[in-house]
Amino acid sequence: MAQFLQQVVSGLATGGVYASLALALVLIYRSTRVINFAQGEMGMFTTFIALWLIDAGWPYWGAFFATLGMAFVGGVLLERVVIRPVERAPVVTVVIVTIGLLIALNGAAFWIWGGETRSFPSAFSTRAIHVGGVAFSIQDFGVIGVSLGAVLLLYLFFRFTKLGLALRAAALNPEASRLVGVRVSWMLALGWGFAAVLGALSGMMVAPLVFLDPNMMRAVLLYALSAAILGGLDSPLGAVVGGLSLGVGLNLVSTYVGFVGDELKLPVAFVVILAVLLVRPVGLFGRTTVRRV
Amino acid sequence: MPLLQLADVEARYGATRALHGISLTVGEGEIVAVLGANGAGKTTTLRAVSGTVRRSGEITLAGRKLGRRGPEVVARMGIAHVPEGRGTFAGLTVRENLKLGAYTHRGRTPKVDYDRMLELFPWMARREGQQAGTLSGGEQQMLALARALMQRPRLLLLDEPSLGLAPTIVAEIFRIVRALNEEDGLSVLLVEQNAVIALETAARAYVLEVGRVVLTGTSDDLRRDESVRRSYLGY
Repeated sequence: MAQFLQQVVSGLATGGVYASLALALVLIYRSTRVINFAQGEMGMFTTFIALWLIDAGWPYWGAFFATLGMAFVGGVLLERVVIRPVERAPVVTVVIVTIGLLIALNGAAFWIWGGETRSFPSAFSTRAIHVGGVAFSIQDFGVIGVSLGAVLLLYLFFRFTKLGLALRAAALNPEASRLVGVRVSWMLALGWGFAAVLGALSGMMVAPLVFLDPNMMRAVLLYALSAAILGGLDSPLGAVVGGLSLGVGLNLVSTYVGFVGDELKLPVAFVVILAVLLVRPVGLFGRTTVRRV
Repeated sequence: MPLLQLADVEARYGATRALHGISLTVGEGEIVAVLGANGAGKTTTLRAVSGTVRRSGEITLAGRKLGRRGPEVVARMGIAHVPEGRGTFAGLTVRENLKLGAYTHRGRTPKVDYDRMLELFPWMARREGQQAGTLSGGEQQMLALARALMQRPRLLLLDEPSLGLAPTIVAEIFRIVRALNEEDGLSVLLVEQNAVIALETAARAYVLEVGRVVLTGTSDDLRRDESVRRSYLGY
């Protein structure tokens, strides 16, 4: 029982990381129908920036929030400079541009910081705390708190502010949004900004667990993608639930299903993608808008 | 100076030209109708004004040129467009649709405007939280109208408000438009298939055929015109 609970909590921690990256994918997908394959590398790149700040003597949380700010600006700039020119192009073209961006960011990181793995400090102690006789890692709780806190803030923003409403409207119905004066093109850029912030967040949360190198986010992106597909690419709630359940599920499977272990986790994620696409392509929470005609 | 003036306006969809030099005016506080058969360019005329189609020629709002401005800028200049097929946000609630109407106003959604809409359309008060996509066709049309009015427009562009709706609902919508015109001096450029109700509502009208104005006059004159009667009024 103790082992089960430990695995669930540490699954929720990695799941929180998947959830924030999955949410970043969903934010961009909802407004443009494009899966941003560069999402992971954007997170990796900003995590390197965070490490650079920390090495320069910044306190952890100072570097953390500065990185989030830079990620936002960087995300907006990327959209304006790289995506804007292909805004009206077919979806496949934009997807290929994001793959190009993935390769470019990955190459740039190798070029600037080199390929060796570095350890990334954690904001939270790796000490264990004992709750009811079961040992949990404080770091796991910290990661869960930060991920879910960010998701909650984003939810409140989208749900209760005028700009959040405009962002949702622009994603749902760009034509009608322009008629009420919403600058849809800028809303897309803001969406990239928020997605970049979530990417940076997931990068900084996962880096202490897996070590930082330019390829760090490859696997994380695939987990996030299967989480997003599991929850429904259209559904922010689905991304969060998908991420958390994937984190917990993978942890339990690798603990209790002998032949899976750590090495076969990634194929399990692919099985999830395949199964969802075969059985329920819209995902758990995806739905078509209710419409009476 | 008229509130809205179109001088020799052309518009095209790709290679197809839909308007061949339209000129018309809408005065301050006036309701003007645009009549014509399907494909005559009625909807395109409204889209040229709101900037949702590529256009050339000169369009001015109270003397200010619209030029090549896109719909988001035209909306900020004070033109509200209720497109054909409602133009509501199906996935958002009634309340959110209304708030989006007031998006161009700084700060919070003006409460007076919001309350005014609930007064004009009392059913909305009970269904504020309902998704717009689940409303009936008539309710969606009213919501689209209310959404446009939240913008506090100087000019309302209304495209086929009667499309696919029951006669009592059509009458209700036109009653509200007339009331807004009489009480608040709302200026309207109205496109409508139903020529009878259009000429009842508007002071003047233009008749379009294949992208050109072929006839214009007061509604009374047009009602007496032989060709209008035969083609559009059916008697």
